[in-house]
Amino acid sequence: MIRSITPFYALAFSSSLVIAAFIVIPLLEMISQPSLGSLLETARDKDVLRSIWLSVYCAGMAAFIALILGTPLAYLLARRSFIGKKFVESLIDLPIMIPHPVIGIAILSLAGKGHWLGDLANMLGIRIMGSVTGIIVVLTYVGLPFYVNTVKAGFEAIPARMEHVSRSLGASLGQTFVRLTGPLAWRSMVVGMIMCAARAISEFGAVIIVAYHPMTAPVMIYERFTAYGLAYSQPVAVWLILVCLVLFLLLRIMSRPIKE
Amino acid sequence: MIELSNLNIEFADFAVRDINLRVAEGEFFALLGPTGAGKTLVLEAIAGVASVTRGRITVRGKDVTGLPPEDRGIGIVYQDLGLFPHLNALDNIRYGLRYHRDADSRASQSERVDRLVELLGLNHLLKRSVHNLSGGEKQRIALARCLAVNPSLVLLDEPLSSLDVNKRDEVLMLLKDLHENLQTTFLMVTHEFSHVMFLAQRAAILNAGRLEQVGEVQDIFRKPRTRFVAEFVGMKNLWPATFERGTAQVNDLSIHLGERDTVGRQFVCIRPEHIRVTRDRPAAVNGNVIPATITSAWNVGPYCEVTAQSDGIEFRAFLTESVLPDIGLKRGMDAFVAFDPDAVHCL
Repeated sequence: MIRSITPFYALAFSSSLVIAAFIVIPLLEMISQPSLGSLLETARDKDVLRSIWLSVYCAGMAAFIALILGTPLAYLLARRSFIGKKFVESLIDLPIMIPHPVIGIAILSLAGKGHWLGDLANMLGIRIMGSVTGIIVVLTYVGLPFYVNTVKAGFEAIPARMEHVSRSLGASLGQTFVRLTGPLAWRSMVVGMIMCAARAISEFGAVIIVAYHPMTAPVMIYERFTAYGLAYSQPVAVWLILVCLVLFLLLRIMSRPIKE
Repeated sequence: MIELSNLNIEFADFAVRDINLRVAEGEFFALLGPTGAGKTLVLEAIAGVASVTRGRITVRGKDVTGLPPEDRGIGIVYQDLGLFPHLNALDNIRYGLRYHRDADSRASQSERVDRLVELLGLNHLLKRSVHNLSGGEKQRIALARCLAVNPSLVLLDEPLSSLDVNKRDEVLMLLKDLHENLQTTFLMVTHEFSHVMFLAQRAAILNAGRLEQVGEVQDIFRKPRTRFVAEFVGMKNLWPATFERGTAQVNDLSIHLGERDTVGRQFVCIRPEHIRVTRDRPAAVNGNVIPATITSAWNVGPYCEVTAQSDGIEFRAFLTESVLPDIGLKRGMDAFVAFDPDAVHCL
């Protein structure tokens, strides 16, 4: 059978090709640039390994905090109507829109001396400036909207009536969440964590203001680029991309729906 | 055993107002109304998942208005059933048992589940995923899940509307059997009066958030109290009339009513199945024989709908399919419309 290609599909196909090329070509170029020797040498560099580990760890922690704090919020937004809901939803989206150095400055000004929150954190021995804690705070801030929005959509996909039935059978709201809503929404939670971690791991603008050291991978890539040039920063970037790719691929496979 | 007193549920764009209902222990009660009348909202308020603005809900004398759904002991089966997709059929049925162990021993719970499985013919389905069940099978699982926790009242939200026509009779029979065997109180929401006539003893008609009539199903069917109810239960012949000494005057037509009180009445109505249409003047009719002209005769499946006009009034009659060819009614033909005075209801 000969199918005629309509101009609309031709246009859609062409623009898809352009977009795919736009995303893939710079990455391929970067991955193919470093020699195998320089890649292996970089893989033995303890500073590089430490920075990649720090990025993965901090992004993972940000995703975990998003899971703990963001899940109840996502549930509330999915299930309840209240005055100012649209405003709250806009607030949650705000970190996506604000320039990230601004986020860094805002967090730093809160955590600094003279602000009651900063003083309280100091009193409790919590240091934000130049610390892993500071990095996790920043990454949670930038990653949270991705988690909340994804999980909210996941909860919305579960009919509220199913929860009503569960409650009519004697389960409290909490028991209904544990036995019904949670098990049905866990994939959206995993996807939300992936989205949150993915956003967090790539964060540079806010992190560099709050914590230049300890050095996350994006900060190290930037530092090596400015200090030593392109060739010296590329292998670190390649390793970061590969590690992230493997991690996210694993999580996607884990969260795949099981075929009946 | 369940009583709704002045129940009001208000939203910005819709309200259910002043609902007063009483459903007796073990009764099968139906709440009827068109789409958007507020039936499901009343059901959800009883179940505790919709907020009540004013009024009171009591179950077996206990005020449950402020109680959360899990503390009411009221089961609900929605139109879309709400089976839990991550559990198999048996786990769906057993879902609520653990929350009722104070009132019920494990042994008696197991006994009840076994009885329900037997009664609903579910033995071969228990290990199946709920994704792989037919509409009727899912319905039976949902009913078993609801009844397994021994609720004091079962709320059914349009239980037949999601089923194929041929499965509906099966589920109707099943509901009838369940009610007769378990003597559980049922409150069913529907818009199909025929289902109500088969299942329920009493019913209430809801329209735009207000109750129009409450009573025995046969009474509602034969003696509707408002124009809306008359139309809803299928009184297809309904006209405004003036009344005088045993007759109703509709345009220039006099309809004999026999001896009855017509004070304050404004309409006459006749069920279409109570009207006979014949080519020759019927001899044995007591009262109303009206010459008319056939305006249409349609076969609509199990019966034929014939319309005939006389003095600007259109009569609609249902005839059995076998009758129509015998008497050979066709559009434009002269015929007679006949009905007993007892078939005429005055509103």
